[in-house]
Amino acid sequence: MQSFTQLTATAVPLRAENVDTDQIIPARFLTAVTKDGMGEGCFAAWRFGADGALDPDFVLNKECHEGAEILIAGRNFGSGSSREHAVWALTDYGFRTVISPGFADIFHNNSLKNGLLIVTLPEETVQMLLDLVEEQPDTRITVDLEAQRVSLPDGQQVSFPIDPYRKLCLLQGVDDLGYLLSKSADIAAFEAAMQPA
Amino acid sequence: MNNGLPRTLFEKVWDAHVVVQDAGAPAVLYVDTHLVHEVTSPQAFATLRERGLPVRRPDRTFATMDHAIPTRNVDITLWPSDAATQVRTLRENCEDFGVTLFDIDGPVQGIVHVVGPEMGITQPGTTIVCGDSHTSTHGAFGALAFGIGTSEVGHVLATQCLLQDRPKTFAINVDGELGRGVSAKDVILAIIAQNGAAGGRGHVFEYRGSAIRKMSMANRMTICNMSIEGGARAGMIAPDETTFDYLRGRPYAPQGEEWDRAVAYWRTLRSDDGARFDRELTLDANALQPMVTYGTNPGQGMAITGRVPTVDDLDDPAERRSLLGALEYMGLRQGQPMAGLPVDIVFIGSCTNSRVEDLREAAAIVRGKHVADDVWAIVVPGSKAVKAQAEAEGLDRIFSEAGFEWRGAGCSMCLAMNDDKAGAGKYVASTSNRNFQGRQGPGARSLLMSPIMAAAAAVNGRVVDVREML
Repeated sequence: MQSFTQLTATAVPLRAENVDTDQIIPARFLTAVTKDGMGEGCFAAWRFGADGALDPDFVLNKECHEGAEILIAGRNFGSGSSREHAVWALTDYGFRTVISPGFADIFHNNSLKNGLLIVTLPEETVQMLLDLVEEQPDTRITVDLEAQRVSLPDGQQVSFPIDPYRKLCLLQGVDDLGYLLSKSADIAAFEAAMQPA
Repeated sequence: MNNGLPRTLFEKVWDAHVVVQDAGAPAVLYVDTHLVHEVTSPQAFATLRERGLPVRRPDRTFATMDHAIPTRNVDITLWPSDAATQVRTLRENCEDFGVTLFDIDGPVQGIVHVVGPEMGITQPGTTIVCGDSHTSTHGAFGALAFGIGTSEVGHVLATQCLLQDRPKTFAINVDGELGRGVSAKDVILAIIAQNGAAGGRGHVFEYRGSAIRKMSMANRMTICNMSIEGGARAGMIAPDETTFDYLRGRPYAPQGEEWDRAVAYWRTLRSDDGARFDRELTLDANALQPMVTYGTNPGQGMAITGRVPTVDDLDDPAERRSLLGALEYMGLRQGQPMAGLPVDIVFIGSCTNSRVEDLREAAAIVRGKHVADDVWAIVVPGSKAVKAQAEAEGLDRIFSEAGFEWRGAGCSMCLAMNDDKAGAGKYVASTSNRNFQGRQGPGARSLLMSPIMAAAAAVNGRVVDVREML
């Protein structure tokens, strides 16, 4: 897993609530048996018109947001399907952080297993960031995981919460599998003690 | 852990499955049953191959194929290459790792959340996971069941465990008597409309109360299925005689003395008197009406007798923006009634509402009638067993004579991964669980409702209050 320590980048303001994983990657892009190239399907229904051409009005397609690595969106981001493809689509497209007032539980778990840092901030702070980035698209935002802090060029800073275990995994770039495998003896003991059904 | 204090159903099942919990880390939670399907598993099996790991408990792992498969034609050589590749990859993985596969070529196959219960694999007090958010369905049996991502599918394959933070508890009490024409689907749509699409985040629902106790297992599964639409990862219902009657004699259910021992344990799986829930919500079953959604998240639902909200009904700017965006996509106006809206397509199926009980109720509405002109209507049974049972009862003929297409088992137009797609701008009266933009096909407009409401929409060519037909 890719580690995450600190990122300074521009952001895309996605002014929408309840962005579900069917929007992040529609089901028709889930037919692969690998994780490769999922960025192609990222927000496909919003990026492309019915004729398959890029929709110039959709915020991700605007030139001023090209190269942005931070996505800022409304509340309940990542709701719906458990598809981890949604996270693979966002990271393959180039995002390393998503900022929202709230994330759906399964998306939250999936993101942290792929080095995508999700930052939960109060609703009014997210609205302020959306306004700021819409007005000044070249604003570079710094996300510092170690300090659990988002900083703006004018010196404003805001802290964000993160579970200490998940933080450690992200900083070190390790996923849960190694940890779980290290518990093999405990798991075997648990299985041995299980009552037959 | 059990310190003698009253515990909730969730707490009893959770406590019994914590293998170990280090300070400052999530719990290592043991998984009794792992369900697998073709779309979210290939990358997980690939991880095992890369690391040279076996499946730790192939005897606790069961696979079927449902998401991507066509439901019109079972001949894989005629399928789109990507669906065929996913199915072949699943066959290879199950073969190589020794996992039981309910193959489309065999007698048992269907939507994973229909097959698990009907095979008796889903049992009270167990932990069940699957790379699918509607795994919450199995909570209807008093199991702790939830959806996981593909990385976690790999963790469970390799270790039979997951690292999980303990969720909070949320009691949903539904007391009273459901009126005629009001279904389990209406109950869960009403809960989500009231509590919001994110209202259950971080919690496990426990559905309680006299209206729930009276429900069949099929209805309880419909309710628990959509817990995820209410933001909760799981929903549970305490097992009772209805649960035991359903499970008795099923292929994977305990037999003989083991059955008696199991039932004795299952009877302890209820929230103790005085157990504390972190949150509670109470609904009066008598006051519920048939529901329909008007928006693009499952919380945007209303009684069929009502009108679409207006921005003046909402205080929160984000909710107002969400409403306006949804109505624009749906081609609907603030304050309009939903009754009378013409529909183009009717879909009866999905892990929410594709069991034989659902099909019986829908068939009773369409019997002797015909699907309205210009409406495309399909019925997709949840499993081969459901299809066979429905055919034995003659339901297939009722649907076919009424002009419905009668299909093979699968997820189909619930998520439009196969060739069953609704066209752009089309209104779909659907018994499925998600009305997200484009969920049932790019640009499609989903109207979620119960099987009898969908059946009524099919024969009338528009959204109607099914009670007018009873």
